[in-house]
Amino acid sequence: MDISPFFFYLFAGLAIACSTMVILKKNPVTSAFSLVLVFFAFAGIYALLDAHLIAALQVFVYTGAIMVLFVFVIMLLNADVPSFDLGRSHFLMRVSAGFSALVLLGIFVWAFKESSFHSIGGEFTLEKIEAAGGNTQVISELMFSEYILPFELTSILLLAAIVGAVAIAKRKLVGGRV
Amino acid sequence: MHQIEPWVVLSFCSIIFFIGFTGVLIRRNILVILMSIELMLNAVNLTFVTFSKQLNHLGGQMSVFFIITVAAAESAVGLGLVIAMFRTLRSVDTDEIQILRE
Repeated sequence: MDISPFFFYLFAGLAIACSTMVILKKNPVTSAFSLVLVFFAFAGIYALLDAHLIAALQVFVYTGAIMVLFVFVIMLLNADVPSFDLGRSHFLMRVSAGFSALVLLGIFVWAFKESSFHSIGGEFTLEKIEAAGGNTQVISELMFSEYILPFELTSILLLAAIVGAVAIAKRKLVGGRV
Repeated sequence: MHQIEPWVVLSFCSIIFFIGFTGVLIRRNILVILMSIELMLNAVNLTFVTFSKQLNHLGGQMSVFFIITVAAAESAVGLGLVIAMFRTLRSVDTDEIQILRE
């Protein structure tokens, strides 16, 4: 693949280091800000892979919306109370989780390395996309022609998520609890 | 320097996925568990984009668009559930969820 090795290894190393910090740091605020760095590194890799619209959406939606929501909830629940910091689970659980993850990772890497991915003739080569006006324009045209039904269904999904989130998080005003 | 082979990018995706997988299993803070789920979703997104580039087909990038929408909806509902859980139990520890046992 014709992507710059230097920038790929830079972003990949940043993402791996920061995602390790996400799961190992005790303080959830540290985890949240490490996750922001992971999302930025992923956006860089998307841009390297010529997925410009996805890279922009990654920054907008993940680091802009989802992480603000996470940080907001952490602040709302008051990270300083003692009930918040409860550390990690038992030693045996940690060892078996790490071991199973490493074994499965080995199987995945072996499978990816042994299988060959030929550039079979898809219609959207880089030159054709450039000629048609760039990644964003081609994706937008696909979105409103071939993928119009799933695109409309996502609006229903978002509406359901809004209603569900409000209904779940709404404070009940019955009984003694206010 | 040499070219990046597709399996290198896919292996990187697997590394991030299994870091998230380990996070779901070893952490008890439900906020960190939700963050680990986001990590796993991102790893799968990168797999889609890699195959989209390798196979010269934009269906992968369209799938990533829809996955990002689902992830936004999922985290909104998930954080609503975290708030409801904190209001009931005064804790964000998953070991505290044992009301059914009592």
